[in-house]
Amino acid sequence: SLHVRLRMSPAIMIARAASFTAARALLRPAATLYPAASLVSARRFCADSHDDFKPKRKAPPTGTPGDVQERIKQQVEGAPLVVYMKGVPEQPMCGFSNRVVQILNAEGVKEFKSYNVLADDEIREGIKKYSAWPTIPQVYIKGEFQGGSDVMLEMYQSGELSTKLKEAGVPISEGR
Amino acid sequence: RRALSGATMSSGPVASAIRTKLEHSFLPHHLQVLNESSGHNVPPGSESHFKVVIVSRKFDGKSIIDRHRMVNTTLAEEFDNGLHMLSIVAKTPEQWKDSAEVHQSPKCMGGDKD
Repeated sequence: SLHVRLRMSPAIMIARAASFTAARALLRPAATLYPAASLVSARRFCADSHDDFKPKRKAPPTGTPGDVQERIKQQVEGAPLVVYMKGVPEQPMCGFSNRVVQILNAEGVKEFKSYNVLADDEIREGIKKYSAWPTIPQVYIKGEFQGGSDVMLEMYQSGELSTKLKEAGVPISEGR
Repeated sequence: RRALSGATMSSGPVASAIRTKLEHSFLPHHLQVLNESSGHNVPPGSESHFKVVIVSRKFDGKSIIDRHRMVNTTLAEEFDNGLHMLSIVAKTPEQWKDSAEVHQSPKCMGGDKD
């Protein structure tokens, strides 16, 4: 049987309980409504009450606004062609983001780096500050902001985009 | 010559503010302010997604991205207050005469709307 030290808080005693029987003995009656497996873990017991225990869909914050701007700088300079978009190239979640992907496909771009702003609130807000541009998608060539979906379309139609991509050394399919 | 405006497709407060500010800043030869929110994943009556077609002498000699920045800056307050998406066609009077064609905005793909 478990030797119980009465000075410890119930939560700690629950967490350290070596057996289910000992754990049950330490809990208040209402807690017996929970399934047995959850009684041994204090963290699960608190699952409904604290944000830390809720499943996270998005990336957690990493630091100060300055840190975010620095992180973005590394990202935009990390590849010759970088796109900030909603969703991913295989599955854009916005018509304007999709248009950028389609334009790059039409240009024969073989690969580019993309960041999904829907998965990272810090980047979503930070990228707007970085470029002083209020909307997504955003396209960067050799670290320099080029514009959003409308600008991309006009540059594609005028041929200017093709020139810029080649000058930047973006990998393009043969015959373009 | 006095700037003339094209037909509007919406008359809500955001649309009016956009129209007023663009008319004031650009003295446009042609201006259309189109509320495209109904084509997106937002409640009816929203003023979150717009297209503007603006023809102005002020765009002479300016690159496409500079023209867009000029429009974005003019509407900075609207972007801070719920304007979520702005599609811009910004031409000089000569370009507009050559081609009054306006590209269609792409279909919504349902994504995160906040």
